[in-house]
Amino acid sequence: MADQQAFAEQAMEFMPQLYSTALRMTHNASDAEDLVQETYLKAYKGFAGFEQGTNLRAWMFRILTNTYINSYRSKKRRPEETELDDVEDFYLYRRMGGLEAVRASRSAEDQLMDLFSDAEVQSAIDALPESYRLAILLSDVEGLSYREIAEDLDIPIGTVMSRLHRGRKALQKQLYDYARERGLTDAIPEASLEAP
Amino acid sequence: MTNEPNFPSGDPFAITPDCEKVMAEVDSFLDQELTDAVRVSIAAHLESCSPCFEVFDFEAELRLVISIKTHTVEFPDTLRIRIEEKLTYLRIEGSGATGSGGGGEPRREA
Repeated sequence: MADQQAFAEQAMEFMPQLYSTALRMTHNASDAEDLVQETYLKAYKGFAGFEQGTNLRAWMFRILTNTYINSYRSKKRRPEETELDDVEDFYLYRRMGGLEAVRASRSAEDQLMDLFSDAEVQSAIDALPESYRLAILLSDVEGLSYREIAEDLDIPIGTVMSRLHRGRKALQKQLYDYARERGLTDAIPEASLEAP
Repeated sequence: MTNEPNFPSGDPFAITPDCEKVMAEVDSFLDQELTDAVRVSIAAHLESCSPCFEVFDFEAELRLVISIKTHTVEFPDTLRIRIEEKLTYLRIEGSGATGSGGGGEPRREA
């Protein structure tokens, strides 16, 4: 079938991205592999329904997310579906303003690249409550639009925005805690955060 | 519980009412969810306001770093092989089934 031959040619390049997102969804390499495989099989079978010329990558992530929600999420009831209460006022930028390194002339990107390890970033994402984690993965990690995320998660766009906002705060707070544990930021008094 | 100043009213970085408005749009600006008109006006503000620019720059870079570091996990090549094999199998199976035409029982492949 020509369609499905085309699928094999076009969709394979997304596999590593889908896998790294699947890994953050499932927290488990073996589940992540199964999830990606199932995504490809479903996509292959449903490829006739894909509208050529639209975003294949977003379509693949939609299948991944739906498959995760329908097949994997229900397997384990997570006790973590809590609200993120105390993150609203957290601003990593201000906290990091107290770091000598951030005052140096290097770019923010270089500093942040060095400041947090891959494992810390991944574990900060893993620590998010699931509904926030999914929104962050689809937006910040995979670059989907609010509308695409709203459709994938079947929630209103306003809910997408508030989950992203609060999820990002929580993520920043977690990253800050890692930096503090390593002794990088322990010397920032609250008062200095108010300084101009 | 820490008591940071409320954003944006008590924010030392938000100096003018314009800054406050711009700061309220960090997420939607970086997520590219604004209309062109609003985008352009925020971009113009950022060009002339370095405190706001620094906040936007920090948030943008942080997202980039998070995305890069999430994608550094090693991809198992065995998975690619496994998926390609399954898809090849489905393709062969599919062409076999369509080739049999409308002759009653679906053909069984060995």
